[in-house]
Amino acid sequence: MSLPTRTFTITRADLVRYAEASGDPNPIHQDDEVARSVGLPGVIAHGMYTMALAARAVSEWFPGAEVVSLGCKFTNPVVVPAEGGVDIEVAGEAKQAEDGLTAVALTVTCGGQKVLGMPRAVVREAAARA
Amino acid sequence: MPIDQSLVGRVFPPTPPRAVTEEDVRDFVTATGGEYAGGPAPATYPIVLAFGAMNAFLEAEEIELHRIVHGEQRFAYERPVVPGDVLTATLTVSTLRQIAGNDIIGTTSEITDESGALVCSTAATLVHRGGEA
Repeated sequence: MSLPTRTFTITRADLVRYAEASGDPNPIHQDDEVARSVGLPGVIAHGMYTMALAARAVSEWFPGAEVVSLGCKFTNPVVVPAEGGVDIEVAGEAKQAEDGLTAVALTVTCGGQKVLGMPRAVVREAAARA
Repeated sequence: MPIDQSLVGRVFPPTPPRAVTEEDVRDFVTATGGEYAGGPAPATYPIVLAFGAMNAFLEAEEIELHRIVHGEQRFAYERPVVPGDVLTATLTVSTLRQIAGNDIIGTTSEITDESGALVCSTAATLVHRGGEA
């Protein structure tokens, strides 16, 4: 079953808030110069920020569900411009898995390019927990 | 300089217990553009605990944080994190490879509650961009 694609916008201000809330002060998410000094194109979103958006889509698709597992690779950096923001699209395909669980294969893209490798969540839907 | 292979298998000291408050969870949800209406923390919240352990590990090994890029992240949950939990993360270096001048560091962090029960197992691959250093 295809799930409705969700679009989220990431701004530099979001990255500042996320660094504070998550305890990841890596300057490659704040400072263009530092990011370029290690060969990145500029400030990039925390991989965990993009993963959090993927998890948000899952929680919106399956309200009240318990997440059993979640994983991905960070295959392409999400470059966040100093002005405005960058859009991330999260698409999902759900199918029944064993033990009454639901497996969600995600596709997370930025400007048409995949940014996460094989993102996947397994959830126990609220109805299945009763 | 490449990271020493002897790190593989090393278990780092548990992080100081951290009480999860509603405010912490709200800040985390708000930072990712959501609205928090109470209840369990989002699925990626345990990274806060894992980061604590990773930052302590990087500091102990004198690895500069700005040379680290996240390569992969996995979570397996025993139960959701809820406000009121007091959690600790214990990091183990599971693998270490050198590819094209970068160190690929595989870590696992077990997140446990006050009773010692496992809440979440996390696995993170950290790419240390050695570059010209």
